[in-house]
Amino acid sequence: MTTSGKKNAGPSLRRQETDRPVVNESGIEIKKLYTAEDVAETGGTDMVGLPGEYPFTRGIHAEMYRKRPWTMRQYTGFGNAHDTNERFKYLIGNGQTGLNVAFDLPSQIGMDSDDELAIGEVGRVGMAVDSLRDFEVAFDGIDLDRITVSLTVNGSAAIMIAMYLAMAEKRGFDIAALRGTAQNDILKEFIGRGTWVFPVEPSIKLVADTIEYCAHNAPKYSPVSVCGYHIRESGADPAQEMAYAFCIAKAYTDLVLERGLAVDEFASRLSFNFNIYGNIFEQVAKFRAGRGLWAKIIRDQYGATHPRSMVMRMIAGGGGSGLTKEQPEVNIVRGAYYALISALSGAQTMALCCYDEAYTIPSEDAQRLSLRTMQLLIEEMGLCDTVDPLAGSYYVETLTNQMRDRMVEVMTEVDGQGGIVRMVADGTIQAKVSAQAYAQMRDIESGEFPKVGVNCYQMEEKEPLVEYHPYAEDDARRQVERLAKLRAERDQGAVDAALEKLTADARAGVNVMPAIMHAVKAYATVGEMTAAMASVFGKYHEPVRF
Amino acid sequence: MEGNRVRVLIAKPGLDGHDRGAKIVVRALIDAGFEVIYTGLRQPPEAVAQVALEEDVDVIGLSSMAGSHVPYCRRLKELLAQKGLDDKLWIIGGSIPLQDQRELEEIGLDGVFPAGSKLEDIVDFIRERCQ
Repeated sequence: MTTSGKKNAGPSLRRQETDRPVVNESGIEIKKLYTAEDVAETGGTDMVGLPGEYPFTRGIHAEMYRKRPWTMRQYTGFGNAHDTNERFKYLIGNGQTGLNVAFDLPSQIGMDSDDELAIGEVGRVGMAVDSLRDFEVAFDGIDLDRITVSLTVNGSAAIMIAMYLAMAEKRGFDIAALRGTAQNDILKEFIGRGTWVFPVEPSIKLVADTIEYCAHNAPKYSPVSVCGYHIRESGADPAQEMAYAFCIAKAYTDLVLERGLAVDEFASRLSFNFNIYGNIFEQVAKFRAGRGLWAKIIRDQYGATHPRSMVMRMIAGGGGSGLTKEQPEVNIVRGAYYALISALSGAQTMALCCYDEAYTIPSEDAQRLSLRTMQLLIEEMGLCDTVDPLAGSYYVETLTNQMRDRMVEVMTEVDGQGGIVRMVADGTIQAKVSAQAYAQMRDIESGEFPKVGVNCYQMEEKEPLVEYHPYAEDDARRQVERLAKLRAERDQGAVDAALEKLTADARAGVNVMPAIMHAVKAYATVGEMTAAMASVFGKYHEPVRF
Repeated sequence: MEGNRVRVLIAKPGLDGHDRGAKIVVRALIDAGFEVIYTGLRQPPEAVAQVALEEDVDVIGLSSMAGSHVPYCRRLKELLAQKGLDDKLWIIGGSIPLQDQRELEEIGLDGVFPAGSKLEDIVDFIRERCQ
């Protein structure tokens, strides 16, 4: 509405004062020149090794992209299951090799489409899901052996995983061989993104339930993708992003171990989700350092013996917080550099935020542009030609050593303050990252932290050429009608019995996944199953701290 | 001084959980010397109107990132009118498409601060209108 101050059409403050120190976001001062001495002084090359071997710093596979490029998996979903199914097929037709499902907010927090709090939210930011029937429609005609599916859902993840498995089983796929991923990282939802449902303790118990259930029944499925991503989006620096994610992954691992599983029975199915915006070299070093550190933690602290247990598999993508509303077409170029970061970092899966996301749910054209960006790297730019191309750079190896040390420092700090679960439950981490987000916003506004189009190289903003994604109120109404029809047609006796069993299992403290699977197959709804569990687990109350 | 401080309510309407922006604005307003009440996530219109009444605020601020603000503000407007709160300064920020900005102004929002707005603009706007 108003714009104060003068626009800076020229270079950033940093470019104007070339003698000031250069410090990356993780707090590491960058030297003018790096030599072999710097590598030696920061710990040498012991942690470099070879790709496909411990400590996996150079990559989790020996041949990496020579054998197979990263999976391209744009985040998609809106309206109802029919609309989403069409967009899935469009993306697959354009060469996408995996699916990344966006759910609407009611589905993400365990509410049915006819809940009165869901008004105006049904199908808005993702696909509406009430029952197994929606999954059947959304994945109709998609070969689940060829296309792996990632479910971006957390608070209601146990239910959505059960729906995915039940749908696949119904279509005749062998669950024991089924691949795919669910985000299912509830601890980071308390820090950022906010789709929590139950209090912290029962929430993490549910995560452990899904890991245990999948280890026994769907051993190729990845039930959790631990996310540094959203913690970074909430204000964490790159070293904290990875360190907090490892603390969270350790918390889940500890819970599963308490149930008597051996670390090698499930560690290989833990995966990660990290952010790619920011300084190129800092991010590449972050990923290389993270791989080595995670391998060391799983081997030395948990006694894993199988190399597969030690690898940090990841989606490295997004970059939303790096994109700007100003001069939105510049985001196309930012996205290309972010994709380069991901490719140089040995990501297994890549997804890019689209240039129009500050304005709207991405258009089909914007999604295709992101896909083409990744395909350019694969086909024209040589990113798949050789493994870990930046290895051996004095700068990158030094920074990798330093980033690993920073991550260890952050993890030690968390342990010293009572551990990640406690720090999330009492709001300490939330307050810390939001204070950092505020400090960074101040630095952007003062010009201290350069942002092209925002505090340097500014210009009068034109009305952007963005195609707005409309909200289809009719679709929401039809979703509610279909839900009413489902409730009328299903065997209510079977639903009631299944929900009673779910409540009983929740009360008994046993793994609730079998009871959820049963309820899903009886076409119980997301809201009904969530209410059954909430009657035992209670609801989360957010600590507000500044 | 204490008794004269402008009281600002910052609320997260609807179901969305992206609160980075809301929390940044809360901190900026506290630093600017305002008294700030932050509701946390998932506030239905009824709750926002009730807290605004109970806390006797001068400003009602919403942070919307997931697009449901137009129907939400229509409902909130009715509730604010019922409680005699329609004279309060009413502002919104977040991911607000251009066509929604016009609609929100028609509904009765006094200030719309879409992504990219400067913190000092929000602070100055409240100062000018409340002091």
